[in-house]
Parts: sequence; structure tokens; C-alpha cells
Amino acid sequence: MNILIEISYLVASVLFIFGIKKLSSPKTARQGNFLAALGMFIAIVVTLFDQHVLTYEWIITGFIVGGVIGALMAYKTPMTGMPQMVGLLNGFGGGASLLVALSEYYKMKNFPNWSFNDATNITIVLSLIIGAVTFTGSLIAFGKLQGIVTGKVVKYPGQHPLNVLLFLGLIAAGVFFVIDPTMEMLVILIAVVALILGVLLVLPIGGADMPVAISLLNSYSGLAASATGFVLQNNQLIIAGALVGASGIILTIIMCKGMNRSLLNVVMGGWESAGSTGPATTTAASPKGQVKSIDSEELAMIFDAAESIIIVPGYGMAVAQAQHAVRDLVNLLESKGKKVRFAIHPVAGRMPGHMNVLLAEAQISYDKMLSMEEINDDFPNTDISLIIGANDVVNPAARNDKNSPIYGMPILNVDYSKTVVINKRSMNAGYAGIDNELFFYPNALMYFGDAKDAVAKLTQELKNL
Amino acid sequence: MESIGLIMLIYIFVLAIFVGFELITKVPPTLHTPLMSGSNAISGITIVGAILSAGLQEFTISTILGLIAMIFATINVVGGFLVTDRMLKMFKKK
Repeated sequence: MNILIEISYLVASVLFIFGIKKLSSPKTARQGNFLAALGMFIAIVVTLFDQHVLTYEWIITGFIVGGVIGALMAYKTPMTGMPQMVGLLNGFGGGASLLVALSEYYKMKNFPNWSFNDATNITIVLSLIIGAVTFTGSLIAFGKLQGIVTGKVVKYPGQHPLNVLLFLGLIAAGVFFVIDPTMEMLVILIAVVALILGVLLVLPIGGADMPVAISLLNSYSGLAASATGFVLQNNQLIIAGALVGASGIILTIIMCKGMNRSLLNVVMGGWESAGSTGPATTTAASPKGQVKSIDSEELAMIFDAAESIIIVPGYGMAVAQAQHAVRDLVNLLESKGKKVRFAIHPVAGRMPGHMNVLLAEAQISYDKMLSMEEINDDFPNTDISLIIGANDVVNPAARNDKNSPIYGMPILNVDYSKTVVINKRSMNAGYAGIDNELFFYPNALMYFGDAKDAVAKLTQELKNL
Repeated sequence: MESIGLIMLIYIFVLAIFVGFELITKVPPTLHTPLMSGSNAISGITIVGAILSAGLQEFTISTILGLIAMIFATINVVGGFLVTDRMLKMFKKK
């Protein structure tokens, strides 16, 4: 029986790998997700036949309760709420790892036929810490994205020393536990301190840095599963966890590159000037002059004369739920024979690929969504760049102004196109808290208004022409 | 756990990380959100550990912890795969 279980785990691992492999193209991605789910199903079913599983009522209870909650979440969450949803799911994964490690500890303590040894004790400590940090860290990330916890950068005196202190405390408690695993208090202490550390690590991270935080927590949730695998000496958990851990790390690196910042800088809590009116905002060469504002009627005429258009969506489009209005505009423009494409910055929105999901929801074809590398050279040959709710990712200061906090960040070269139309609700600065000199460029036009209304109005005016 | 056993587990872990890197670098940015939710569902594999904890014959604190772990991991697995499917269904080429 054990051999059969092990072989089934191997099959499940292979299915996970094929599943992720098929995610490399939107054509096969859905099939890939199905294969991964099948792998999970096999792993669950064979585990039920494990010799240690003797009663089923709690397993079934847990499965029904969790299954109903999970299915409700999956179907009820709107597409704009995907970052929160992923954040929350990360948390449940981490929480499960924490609880399994705890449960495993009490098994060893309460049953005479289980025994302690150093290797097991070390893996229990690791599993507790990673699981707990992932759990509370993800809950805070969820809270920030949902607007329950402040999305601003949170800073307080002694923040970094406190985190270092807690971390050292964890290591010390871990060492003592390995020496004397019968001390139950140490296990509780490690879990509680790690839970607190998870809160403190994510709390300082600002809203627009969430793509990094979510990717990192995604990686942690995988590593937590792996750590649990080490506790249980289960290859299946180690392999699946490692795959997810690697995935999260890669996304984290991509997000950090997209902001030209180190992971440490993001984790430490945002741009130096973020969320404050500190000196950095005012000393940076403040662009001067008049912005040119335009109304929907005039703008419609400019669009009517254009041949190629690139739309740059940002978090503002998600907030205004403007993706369907944007789809209507795109359909109308295309029916007039114009070439319309989307340029998507790696860190647009609140999680990797956030904009793509929203546009896909509005039934916009995925071959029109281009990444920064794919489209950046096309801006000089473009008549209009329409920016909807994006700011820092199109700020030319990242190229020109060595004093700017975002200097060196890769940006979309919208200013090279013939006309840049910026839809914004007001002249407020973006997340980095700095002015955008683009608004004052001679080829820039400000089109003020809520993204959804403004885009719908433009579509209406175009129809009336 | 014998230390040789631990070494074998570390081997598997490290090699799986490399496989992960190779696979994920090929996923296009368009699918990064479904990749996150899908891989997230895979990390719900902790459900295997939860089953082993919740299925103990004697009802102890381990069983209670196992039950809660079971609920958490099932939310992770069911929610993760379903929401990923819901997203991937929307990605179409006209």
C-alpha cells in the first residue's frame, strides 16, 4: 500500500509540473490548471488510504466546510478583487502549514511511538515560522488591498531594530527547542512571535508595492508547504512547495526590476518620500507651466483623426472598474479601422498581471496586451497614447531626473508618441509622491474625470461624429 | 529522521526549485495573475499533512489542529483552482 501511495504522489508531482508547463500559453493554460487540479485530487485520495488515517469524520467535516468557503470565494469575488483573493489564499496555505506543524509536534509529544530527533525538531521550527509569517503577513496584505488596513507606508521609530530583535528571538527560541523539544512553551512562543513578525513585515509596505509583497508571500506559501513536507518526510509536499516557492521568487524579482528597486528597499517600507510631504517631494525639480486640459468633444476629433493608438492602463482603471467602458471604446475605434493596442507595465496595478485579467474579463483579446519590452519601441510611430489611471510608470523623470526617487525605473515611453492623453481625476501626484513632468509636455493633453465616465463620454462623442 | 534521510529530502527540494525556475520563466506576463492563483492552489498540498493530522484515531489537540488545517488547506485548494479556471476561461483571442 505504501509503495502505491508513493507512486501516486510521484504521478501527482508530474501532473503539477505539466500543469505549470501548460501555463506558458493562454491556449493551453486552462488545461494546465485542470492537470494540476487532477494531481491534487490524486494526492488527496491516496492519502486517505494512509495507514495513519483511521477516522474520517473530521477530514470530511474539514473538506465540506473548506470546500464551500473556497468555492464561494472563487465565484463571488469580482475580478477587480483578485489581488485580495490571492492574498487571502496565500494566507490560508501558510496557516495550514503552521497548524500541521503544531499538530505534528503534539503527536510526537503525546504518542509514545513517535520520537523526537534534531532533524525533525529543526524542520518543525522552520515550518512554524514560515507558516505563521505567511499567515499573518497575507492577512495584512489582504487588509491593505481591501482597504481595511491603511494602504499607506507605515513607519514608526525603532521599526527595523524591533524586527531584527524578534527575528533573533525566534532563532534563539528555535535553538532552545531543538535542545529540549519537550518544552511546549517554546513552541507556542515561536508561533506567536512569528505571527507578530508577519504583521510587522507587511504593515510598512505601501499599496503600490503590493505586487512585490503578494509575490513574496506567494513564494513563502510554497516554502511553508515544503517545510511541512520536511516535517512529514513527504516528497510530494516538498516538490509542490518548491515549485510554488520558485514561482513566487521569480515574480518577486520581475516586480522589483519593474520598479528598479531592491527587494530590501521594498520590504523596508517604500520610497523615501512616499506618503509624506517630506523634502524629497519638493526639492525634486518641480515641473512648471500650464497643463492643457481637453474636453470629450475635442478629444473625440483627435481620436477620429488618429490611426494608431496605444492604451496604458493603471490601477486607476481597476478602481474605477473602467475595463468594460474601455472595451467599448476599443471596439468602436477598431470598427473605424484604427490600430489599438495595450501597453502593460510589469508593476501596473496591485499584483503581477492584474491589468491583463481585467482586460480579459472585458473580453479584450489577449494578443492586444503587450508587455513593456514588446511595445516600448513602437511609441514614436504612435498617434495617441491614452493613459488611464497610471502615473509613475509613465513619468519621464525616471529617465531624465537623477534627483527623482524613481530615477532608473523602466517606464513606458508614452512621451515619444505624437499626442499623449492622460485621463486622471485630478492633478494629484502618483504613489511615489512626485509630480509628473509629462503633464506639462507640449504634446500632453489632460482629460480629467473618473476613468469609467470619461472613457464612456469619449466613446459617445466618437459615435456622434 | 536519519540525517541521510534529511539529505535526500534536501536533494529533492533543491532539484524541484530548479525545475520550478525553468517552468515559470516561460510563463508570459499576461498570465501572471492566474499563475499566482494556480500555484497558490498547488501550495495547498499541505492538505495531505492536514489529512494525516485530522485522521488520528484518538481525539486529541492534534486532531483539532488538523481539522482547522484541513479547512484552511481546502479553502486554498478549492478556491485556488476554481478561481484560476474562472480567470483562464476569460483569456480569449479574437
